[in-house]
Amino acid sequence: MSFTESTETITGCKIRFMRGGKGAPLLFLHGSSGAPRWAPFMEKLSETYEVIVPEHPGFGASDSPEWLDGMSDLAFFYLDVIDHLGLDKVNLVGGSIGGWLSAEIAIRNSTKLASLTMIAPAGIRVKGLRKGDVFMWNAEQTARNLFHDQAYAEQILAIPPSKEGLETTLKNKLTTAKLAWEPRFYNPDLHKWLHRISVPTLIVWGDDDKVVPAGYGPAWQELIPNSRLEIIENCGHLPQIEKTDRFVQLVGGFIGEATR
Amino acid sequence: MKFYFMHLMPYADLDLSYDEKHDSAWVTLPNSYFDPKKGHQLYNRYLDELEYADQLGFDGICVNEHHSNAYGLMPIPGVMAGALARRTKNVKIAILGRALPLLNNPLTVAEEFAMVDNITGGRLIAGMVRGIGAEYHSWGVNPAFSHERFQEAHDLILQAWTQPGPSVFEGKHYNFEYVNVWPRVYQDNPHPPIWIPSQGSSETIEWAAHPDRKYTYLQTFASVSTVARYMKMYKDVAAGYGYEATEDQLGWSLPLYVAETDEIARREAKQHIEAFLQKFLRMPMEMLLPPGYTSVKSMVGALSAKAGHSMKQTIDSVIEEGKFICGSPATVREKLEEYQAEIGFGHLLTLLQFGTLPAELTRKNMEIYSKEVMPYLRNVTAKKAA
Repeated sequence: MSFTESTETITGCKIRFMRGGKGAPLLFLHGSSGAPRWAPFMEKLSETYEVIVPEHPGFGASDSPEWLDGMSDLAFFYLDVIDHLGLDKVNLVGGSIGGWLSAEIAIRNSTKLASLTMIAPAGIRVKGLRKGDVFMWNAEQTARNLFHDQAYAEQILAIPPSKEGLETTLKNKLTTAKLAWEPRFYNPDLHKWLHRISVPTLIVWGDDDKVVPAGYGPAWQELIPNSRLEIIENCGHLPQIEKTDRFVQLVGGFIGEATR
Repeated sequence: MKFYFMHLMPYADLDLSYDEKHDSAWVTLPNSYFDPKKGHQLYNRYLDELEYADQLGFDGICVNEHHSNAYGLMPIPGVMAGALARRTKNVKIAILGRALPLLNNPLTVAEEFAMVDNITGGRLIAGMVRGIGAEYHSWGVNPAFSHERFQEAHDLILQAWTQPGPSVFEGKHYNFEYVNVWPRVYQDNPHPPIWIPSQGSSETIEWAAHPDRKYTYLQTFASVSTVARYMKMYKDVAAGYGYEATEDQLGWSLPLYVAETDEIARREAKQHIEAFLQKFLRMPMEMLLPPGYTSVKSMVGALSAKAGHSMKQTIDSVIEEGKFICGSPATVREKLEEYQAEIGFGHLLTLLQFGTLPAELTRKNMEIYSKEVMPYLRNVTAKKAA
């Protein structure tokens, strides 16, 4: 695994970054469990791209700034991050609330983006299609509900959390609550502005997602003009982890086409 | 010392086998478990008990706020306070809600409390709480902003009570062009007494003990050692601010059962207090402590403590810890006298009905307590004060 770690101060907020690989920039925006380690999908993507993985304000080793009250603050902050890193033609990839965040960034300003990949994003509501109540799940239920293949859950549950791990989990959960407790995992205004996303967009979903059901996929695809939906079979909420090869292949193919 | 009869108004007719199908008596327990015909009987029985406390010479009666559960049937405690305002003559009426952060318009509390204060000619005690964690699930309010909203709602209510209206309120969560509550509070010098019930929190104590507030800190359902620790903390914080906290600033709320002998008391209370502990209080940690409800540090502590030992509480465990006082009048007198001398609280709120405790045992408990415990302790503490 070859990656580097750094801490950078952006808009007064210390952010932890992991970086690896060379090539076109790919900014990965994590979901509510943060990005504590360099995952195999990051390593694989770094064979082709310069993969940049920040931990959002309020998550993991990054600061929890006073100004962070909701998703809008986070979206504007990431426009600052893109400026700070001097990124141009960046491929944005976000999972879960990171997918929601990527859409919030893109409706505000797509000019620095080359492409957008959203993995099982939260952020919109389809009436009657209920998301999982992650705030009511205990550690075991969370692990089980994140994956289709329970072997992944077993693997997580086999390791008892350290005190530091527990602190990070609770910190991440607190920030997730700030962003998504009410209204629950969506922005009531977002759907009105998704037509502003002007870059090619890939939407990836596991067919057995118990957090944000795959039924949300078609709704997103209808709302974003130049978008494509890929459903991965026998897969839960984290295709990048549960189906790493398929995910990397899809993203690689899509970015290749989108930026040709 | 002052004596209060506190009620939670549980749904005592709850089918206690609910826990074979549901993991909590809160938030998600289907309301099909509630039978309105039984509810009608229970509400009227409980109101009778609160009124009876007035006749028995209690200094105050306390109602409470909880939502969407079988543990306490007073989601809108002002309804109970309103009913009691006219049927009682002497007792203080403490509303130990309201859960301020749950409200989108806290001025409704300023209004409701002011109405009760006017009707009773100043018998209101104004409780302000954040609600327990489960309430944030039931009401959908974001627990991550619970502390902020509590502070701001408190400031708004105080402004409504103490500044001539109309005034402007500019907050983060609440904004008003015209704060102008009619009626004004009856106790307007400067405002009705404010009590802050808490499960125990140093942040709450620092805030309540501040010289600008000097609010009564009320420790709810906790072991004697915890009560002693937090009340000492209050006194220390007050001393740090340069003043001495009075007993009037410290209160303790706990279930109590007194009967003819220790043996009878324990026998009569056992199944009902255990229903309270094991059935009505039952809820998973994720429900009790949503994110932001307490600091990450205290939450790590709570989760580690849970991992350490079994949570099942029995009559023996709660008597042992002093969370529940149970016994003959002599036993109860002795324990309370000892605790009062050691801890120095000025308000004692006893939950004389708990869980499934039926009407006749509740009345017997109230009668023995008011005749054989209260007068004795009144004398002892009056002598001490003199």
